Amino acid sequence: MSLSIVNLCYLLSAVLFIGGIKGLTRPRTAVRGNLMAAVGMLLAVVVTLLDRSILSYGWILAGVVLGSLIGVLLAVRIQMTAMPQMVALLNGFGGGASLAVAAASFLSSGGPVAASGAIGLTAVGLTLLIGAVTLTGSAVAFAKLQELLPGRPLGFRGITLVNGALLIVALGSVAALTAGHGGIGLVVLLTVLALVLGVTLVMPIGGADMPVVIALLNSYSGIAAAAAGFIMGNTVLIVSGALVGASGLILTRIMCVAMNRSLAGVLFGSLSEDGGPGVEADEVYAGKVKSSSPEEIGMLLETAQRVVIVPGFGLAMAQAQHAVRDLADTLERRGAEVIYGLHPVAGRMPGHMNVLLAEAEVDYDKMQPMEQINPHFAQTDVVIVIGANDVTNPMAREDKGSPIYGMPILDVDQARTVVVVKRSLSPGFAGLPNPLFAKDNTLMLFGDGKQAILDLTGALNEAA
Amino acid sequence: MDILILQFSLFVLAVILGVELITKVPATLHTPLMSGSNAISGITLVGALLAAGSGDASSLWVSVLGLVAVTLATINVVGGFLVTNRMLRMFQRRG
Repeated sequence: MSLSIVNLCYLLSAVLFIGGIKGLTRPRTAVRGNLMAAVGMLLAVVVTLLDRSILSYGWILAGVVLGSLIGVLLAVRIQMTAMPQMVALLNGFGGGASLAVAAASFLSSGGPVAASGAIGLTAVGLTLLIGAVTLTGSAVAFAKLQELLPGRPLGFRGITLVNGALLIVALGSVAALTAGHGGIGLVVLLTVLALVLGVTLVMPIGGADMPVVIALLNSYSGIAAAAAGFIMGNTVLIVSGALVGASGLILTRIMCVAMNRSLAGVLFGSLSEDGGPGVEADEVYAGKVKSSSPEEIGMLLETAQRVVIVPGFGLAMAQAQHAVRDLADTLERRGAEVIYGLHPVAGRMPGHMNVLLAEAEVDYDKMQPMEQINPHFAQTDVVIVIGANDVTNPMAREDKGSPIYGMPILDVDQARTVVVVKRSLSPGFAGLPNPLFAKDNTLMLFGDGKQAILDLTGALNEAA
Repeated sequence: MDILILQFSLFVLAVILGVELITKVPATLHTPLMSGSNAISGITLVGALLAAGSGDASSLWVSVLGLVAVTLATINVVGGFLVTNRMLRMFQRRG
């Protein structure tokens, strides 16, 4: 095929990607949008395979078969609760692929992928750097989410300085590469530095900040693809990579706003922030926490007109989404209105709770974001908080000295009664006690999330 | 140099378009958006195919790196689109 036809097909691919993302703006058109993007990808791949610069198909076939097999297995077998890990893993693979492409370009003596000139070499250097950071950074994020590594910040004081030094040396290597000073040794050095940097960047970030990290790595994997596009002057890589890079950045910003944190604070601040004026849990809770029983709460629910369910990561941990749906069905049959109130950072990645509720066949109209539901808590009879903690902590509103002060929260305490389903009074990711648990209108229902919800449904059914 | 400017312009315009599009995606769909855009970033597969198929006789390394790149990018593309489809169908079922 002639080069201009190939490039026109790439343009069509890019248009399909854009149309696909546009489809994702509404649940009704989202499936079609995803399909459209997949067709765009297929087109780009087929056109590339027909390109006359491809001389041998053996390696390609091996890679495509192996990759498809692993991809299908992952996609079909992953549990919805494990979606953050899955996305972290896929981000890492994308970064790794761009890394390998850049290395191949550098080694290539000619042909379509060979990097040439200062611009090509700069792009190789930047792709190596971003790709490698994405690869190992995602690996660490995956390990933390999968609980292979502890979720708390790991590292040492001054790790930010070490990271800064690593980054400066890495950028220096890119510059040397551009100037044409480097051989294979420099490329290896740069890659190793960037691989280490990926690890040391993500290690000190705690579990609560994982939504931000995943979104940021998502952005990196896009930027790495765009950088790879600059190596070989491939427009479809540049455009699609830029789209994904922008998408990741927007999500990163949304997550940061939702947690009232700066991106710099998330990336560099986690180890230096501890040691602030601690609030004693005993002081907050002493004698004020009321423990309740499923039967007692069942009686409350019997007369409730409007019930709001606030899920958090604990819902995913307990796999309680179907039990929650059953409870909501029972309440609705009794004539109550049931709404789900969702904080943007509930769970461990943006929109994670929505996916779990959708899995349990909850209407998306009933999932209301924070801004929409907050004004209505005052007219709500019962709020059931299940597995959420920090996103309901009134300290964020009231306590100026608190580390989470200013973070937008769900104002569940304005409801007539708040039921908190929780294993114990242990703190959430932020490590703070939650005065909500000690409020007059709060009832604690201690126990496993799923069992507690099943008990509540049972109590309601008995009353009927 | 002119071509670089042209490519850079494309990049910048695509970023702006991306920002405009993504801000319209509702919070409900943020997880599928991430896995879907992730699959799109697997477009690096195009570069991987060119590297793996270059038949570069001078270096086995190019082919091996190409193979690694094709494998990783294919996982990203196939896994990403499939898992996104799986999630989105759950939203559509009740829509």
